[in-house]
Amino acid sequence: MSPSNDTTGGPYSAALLSGLWQENPTFRLLIGLCPPLAVTTAVKPALTMGLSVIFVLVCSNLVVSLMRTLLKPHLRIIMFTVTIATFVTICDLFLKAYQPRMSEILGAYVPLIIVNCLIIFRAEARASKSGPLLSILDGIGMGAGFTIALCMLAGVRELLATGHLFDIRVMPKAFVPWLAMQMPVGAFITLGLILGLINVLTRKKES
Amino acid sequence: MDRFTALLMGFLSVVLVNNFVFTKFLGMCPYLGVSGRIDRALGMGLAVTFVTAMSGTLTWLVDAYVLTPLHLEIARYICYIVIIAGTVQLVEMYVRKFFPALYDAFGIYLPLISTNCVILGLCLFLDIWGTNNLLEAVVVSTGTGIGFTVAICIMASIREELLLADVPEALKGAPITLITAALLTLAFMGFAGMIK
Repeated sequence: MSPSNDTTGGPYSAALLSGLWQENPTFRLLIGLCPPLAVTTAVKPALTMGLSVIFVLVCSNLVVSLMRTLLKPHLRIIMFTVTIATFVTICDLFLKAYQPRMSEILGAYVPLIIVNCLIIFRAEARASKSGPLLSILDGIGMGAGFTIALCMLAGVRELLATGHLFDIRVMPKAFVPWLAMQMPVGAFITLGLILGLINVLTRKKES
Repeated sequence: MDRFTALLMGFLSVVLVNNFVFTKFLGMCPYLGVSGRIDRALGMGLAVTFVTAMSGTLTWLVDAYVLTPLHLEIARYICYIVIIAGTVQLVEMYVRKFFPALYDAFGIYLPLISTNCVILGLCLFLDIWGTNNLLEAVVVSTGTGIGFTVAICIMASIREELLLADVPEALKGAPITLITAALLTLAFMGFAGMIK
């Protein structure tokens, strides 16, 4: 993680890196919280969801950036969502064709990427204001930060709920699975405690 | 009578048992963002209820009578999102014309409802659950909105009390809100066996 706030590497590396930690969508900005809570019962679906979001985010950022001079203020949101919906449809059909099992597990949460605040927020805050290259880098960085957050949550939950990681047994036989971690309760409590831990760590570093 | 019972069960199911907020994690942004004060939470809940009822019904009609007969399922997501955005625009215009005070109170939240996941989620789940008549679609859509209102109001009233509580330094703000949400979810799990 980059140690300080200064953007010595110029705007390009800043666009790429800020999403990883300083502006991590899940842990710092708390936006787009639906997938991090809903699809993190195991690492594999979480990773699939993360990659889908990266794809949609990069493509929609690129298209929005290219049409940024044509945007009308009152029609902005609907232009964003229709662009995003197009790429989500592509992504959904791709998953249905090549990853049918993952598509079944993720279910409605793939089409729900359309209304993920993260993607609309990046279209509004970055892509509608800057050039294509910067927008793509921003999409990759933000998407990667989001994927890392998803995998962290999924790792903790899968490990405690089943004793497996990537479907491989890692805990000793004597480990009793915590079934609650697989339920909605586990999602909320894991995210809450991780945010608390981040608070402690960042405060220690500051003082 | 049998049909009435089925409708009532469907309604209770989306309000309590399959509450979108507690079991499907939809509508997290307003649930955690707007739940600071109970009056605002109630207003938000009612606006969302109205939009879910309208757009749930409309998307069901479009799906059943336009998209499926014409085999245009591929354009489903785009159609849904346009219908939702249109409904929100309609509600916004109506509220601004007839209830200007309410319009000022909602502020920015009204246009943002179109990106609330509860609404698109409902349209998708209507399809997944295989809702096959109009009345059922209307009842389930309204119930979903009411379920969201119930969740956000409970959360807001707890958070108003939480302001006075002695929370550990590290958990202040978002973490304690999420842990509160976890405990609420646990409470609502008690309804799980109520309806098959």
